[in-house]
Amino acid sequence: MNASIWTLVAQRILLGLLLIFLSSALIFAGTQLLPGDVAQAILGQSATPEALANLRAELGLNVPVYQRYVSWLVGLLHGDMGTSLTNGQDIATAIGRRLANTLFLAASAAIISVPLAIILGLVSVLYRNRWPDKLISAVTLASISVPEFMLSYILVFYFAVQLGWAPSVAMISPSMSVLERFQAITLPVIVLVMVVLAHMMRMTRAALLNVMQSAYIETAELNGLGRFKVIWRYAMPNAVAPIVNVVMLNMAYLVVGVVVVEVVFVYPGMGQYLVDHVAKRDVPVVQDCGIIFAAVYITLNMLADIFSILANPRLRHPR
Amino acid sequence: MRRTPLPTLIGLVVAAAFFLTALLAPLIAPYGMSEIVGDVWEPASAAHWLGTDNIGRDLLSRLIFGGRTTIFVALVATAVAFAVGAAFGLFAAVVGGWVDLLLSRFVDLVMSIPSLIFALVVLSVMPVTTPVLIMVIGLLESTRMYRLSRAVAVDLAVMDFVEAARLRGEGLRWVIVREILPNALSPLIAEMGMRFIFVVLFISTLSFLGIGIQPPNADWGGIVKENKDGIVYGIPAALLPAVAIAALAISVNLVADWILERTTSLKGGRNG
Amino acid sequence: MDEMLLEIEDLKIQATSYPPGERPQRITIVDGVSLRLEKGKVIGLIGESGAGKSTIGLSAMGYGRGGVKLVGGSIRLNGQELRRAPSRVLRGVRGSQVTYVAQSAAAGFNPSRKLIEQVIEATLEHGRMSRPEAIERAIDLFRRLDLPDSETFGQRYPHQVSGGQLQRAMTAMALCPKPDLVVFDEPTTALDVTTQLGVLSAIKRAIRDFEVAAIYITHDLAVVAQIADDIMVLRGGEMVEYGTCDQIINNPREQYTRDLVSATNGEDPEIHPEGEPVLTIRNVCARYRGLAEDVVKDINLEVPPGTTLAVVGESGSGKSTLARVITGLLPPHTGEVIFDGSTLSPALKGRSKQDLQELQMIYQMADVAMNPRQTVGTIIGRPLEFYFGHKGKERRLRVIELLDKIELGEEFIDRYPAELSGGQKQRVCIARALAASPKLIICDEVTSALDPLVAKGILKLLRDLQKREGVSYIFITHDIAAVREVADTIAVLYQGELVRYGGKAEVLAPPYDDYTELLLRSVPEMRIGWLEDTLSALEAHLPCQAPEGAAPEMSATD
Repeated sequence: MNASIWTLVAQRILLGLLLIFLSSALIFAGTQLLPGDVAQAILGQSATPEALANLRAELGLNVPVYQRYVSWLVGLLHGDMGTSLTNGQDIATAIGRRLANTLFLAASAAIISVPLAIILGLVSVLYRNRWPDKLISAVTLASISVPEFMLSYILVFYFAVQLGWAPSVAMISPSMSVLERFQAITLPVIVLVMVVLAHMMRMTRAALLNVMQSAYIETAELNGLGRFKVIWRYAMPNAVAPIVNVVMLNMAYLVVGVVVVEVVFVYPGMGQYLVDHVAKRDVPVVQDCGIIFAAVYITLNMLADIFSILANPRLRHPR
Repeated sequence: MRRTPLPTLIGLVVAAAFFLTALLAPLIAPYGMSEIVGDVWEPASAAHWLGTDNIGRDLLSRLIFGGRTTIFVALVATAVAFAVGAAFGLFAAVVGGWVDLLLSRFVDLVMSIPSLIFALVVLSVMPVTTPVLIMVIGLLESTRMYRLSRAVAVDLAVMDFVEAARLRGEGLRWVIVREILPNALSPLIAEMGMRFIFVVLFISTLSFLGIGIQPPNADWGGIVKENKDGIVYGIPAALLPAVAIAALAISVNLVADWILERTTSLKGGRNG
Repeated sequence: MDEMLLEIEDLKIQATSYPPGERPQRITIVDGVSLRLEKGKVIGLIGESGAGKSTIGLSAMGYGRGGVKLVGGSIRLNGQELRRAPSRVLRGVRGSQVTYVAQSAAAGFNPSRKLIEQVIEATLEHGRMSRPEAIERAIDLFRRLDLPDSETFGQRYPHQVSGGQLQRAMTAMALCPKPDLVVFDEPTTALDVTTQLGVLSAIKRAIRDFEVAAIYITHDLAVVAQIADDIMVLRGGEMVEYGTCDQIINNPREQYTRDLVSATNGEDPEIHPEGEPVLTIRNVCARYRGLAEDVVKDINLEVPPGTTLAVVGESGSGKSTLARVITGLLPPHTGEVIFDGSTLSPALKGRSKQDLQELQMIYQMADVAMNPRQTVGTIIGRPLEFYFGHKGKERRLRVIELLDKIELGEEFIDRYPAELSGGQKQRVCIARALAASPKLIICDEVTSALDPLVAKGILKLLRDLQKREGVSYIFITHDIAAVREVADTIAVLYQGELVRYGGKAEVLAPPYDDYTELLLRSVPEMRIGWLEDTLSALEAHLPCQAPEGAAPEMSATD
């Protein structure tokens, strides 16, 4: 390890923070600077002038845009997310509980899908172009081609309604035990695993194949090393970085996939909260949820990059 | 003409069938789009091949008209994405310098926010109409098109034949249109196929969430939303659009894969 | 006679090719090849690309690369049949009885493990020595192969050492398990000529010291002449001639072998330049943006009309950078380029259409120098239209005329680059340059990607065209043999500086400066015993051994 590699990592972290900052500006601009009047859009064409004026005042639309942005940002940094337009609740409190629920769901899916994807990727490389590989690619192609919500309903239809193996909605509440919670989220987790698994496995397969086609793999084979040793000593050390990258990218994807699945299963998480308030045109809630999703997504991407920097032997052992 | 592989052929036929059905929907559909013709959730019968929906409309007709809407919106949005993304991407690659830097960094920024989230944010303040949907989805997807076309064009722009054209004194137009575009076209078209599928899924998801195509217009995502409550009573109406989407997605994927495979090497599309 | 180590009889090898959109096809890539190798002897396999020489070399390890299958004949190593042997048997043989040195050691080493671990791995794997013994042997090998700091060299990672050193390290890896046979697959092809000299002599010494047998694969007959006892000449997967080294070099029987031998030996036409120079380079210094040092330093050169200036140097010498300065792609920060009596604008943008027309360029890789989506007719016709406004029938007739000049027929006009052979592609590129009726053509390594016989044809064409059209050339190359053939004046570049410049006879005759001497002497000659003569001559003349890769980091720019 040396100084320059940490400089690179520090740079990447700074870039990540900068991206989060800029994306907050973009999200804010997305709701405030688009053509048309926000208040009008929220209340509809038939709104009275008084109602419009009231809403404008409430949204702070009479203050210049940059001031509104700064005060929103300062509030965010202090944990103050403002209040909801529709029910006047404190947004930070509402989000806090839901964020924990969402992370619980996403983490459960990740713990199952990551090892599974790597194992399946390995299997399909080892049996490349033979039936296990072809079967795996066919199944993954199919599951990529169906949107999450449809996959959800297919599972609900067969497993919850026809077979009665799992509940069709995933209600959870603070009073439930851990086991009950896991039981409640069985179906949404399966859906998420299926969706992420397909992408992750395809990318793992590609990354491994890329490494397996390197000249040094041939060197190892020509040195009479066994198949297992070739993979363990030659393929794996060089494939770890791309695979971790793949995993991180898909975790980021998972964070978004969760939105739709939560709506389907009426799961009390961030996604459902966001979608509900988009329909109600509750701008403050939408902005806050948007920046949180963006921040999580950017952070995961940043971790993926940092890992590939740390895993690169050229950077770890410079000339 | 050489042999086209069987999966590609199947893909072509299925995709063509979908597009034809979309085009000729009013002629093919047995009933009108929002015509109430029966009871709620009637099972399949000779009169209603797929049964009826949550308020008694013919489900097959809904699916056909829904497909028309979904495919139309997706096609236009993909075209927007292609036109905007490829134009800026090729331009940035060939011009280079700060123009390239600025455009690329902006696209990086937009792509650092998940596109579904960004679409939801924007649609929370925009009127949800078909043109707005098309523009929002098209512009968000154009970032991906931009990245690909720029990457392809940057690789091409450093090739000796482009340098030769520059040394000859050719203008920017010739370099982009005659030297780079013909070589970039096939990966871009294959990507357009993938983007089209992605847009179909995107628009269906938005409609399902209630922020896409608005009733009484039908689209595949909307049909799921309307009929999802039937699921718990064991009525599979909401699953039918899934079959349609999957079939369309797989067939377009098969065709796009084939285009990509045929033309990955710069061989002029002929036998090397 | 010693006992036979390797016997290959009537070997037949097939590969599966997957033409896009068509059924996979089986192609025979080696047919009816037989050879015998005694213990401690070296056989050279020589041929152009596609001759099947690497495939035969790998077959001695029972290995087929990619979809390659050993379909017929027999391969016996120490009496054991390797063709169709079970993989357990092959694993036992590979890395112990027979080992392999690849063309690109840089790609052949695992980037994430230390060199020493990889060098001794096969030795330990097959239980041929204990770990301390293996390490001791590896260090001994590093020393014998002239690797620096042999004690600690193995502690480095592959990317931390130069290309020539990696090639030596891979040789150490191959020799470490005390094998009976080593397959060398073009081990010096990717190296600069002065680096090649050092690696070649190290390999030769090691082979002799350890009395190991070797299969040495190369396309360069002069290289194999230094190292082999026997030589087999291959073409299109079949044997052309097989004999002792002496017989093949000095008394070849087949016409093809004779062509190969003469392709490497050039002859000497001499022209005396006169008249106002068509191009003058004055005090030119240039660097790439972001670099602290100049890549070309204070260069002064002239090209008299109707003559050829050869710019010679190895990777990193700045010779290609000089071409970019002349064409305006890289404006120099000092100095000027005078073309046809007037000063050229330093940047491409400022040049007139006439300047661009009169100064043309031909590239090293003909396949990427032509737009794959344009026909030969468009490629050659575009300059005619662009510079002279030729259209339609007139343009077509001119294109046919140009095709005739490059010895290709009218039928080529509608073909795409992918339908041409390597030599034909380069000819079309020459025609495209000629179409502009230039005064000067810059030829950037135009023959180095071609097989020797094809390259010879291209050089002859360039010379003939010069005689007929009176065009001047700047011929940029690292290939001294080509220089001898085409140059009238020669400029030798070393690390961006002009170290020698003058008429051909003058530059190629003593007294030399150190670098030019090393460069000239490093070019393998078609003569047995050349390697030893050269090394002893260099040791006597020069204070240092061959420098290892003039400037490895610069290779990307050259």
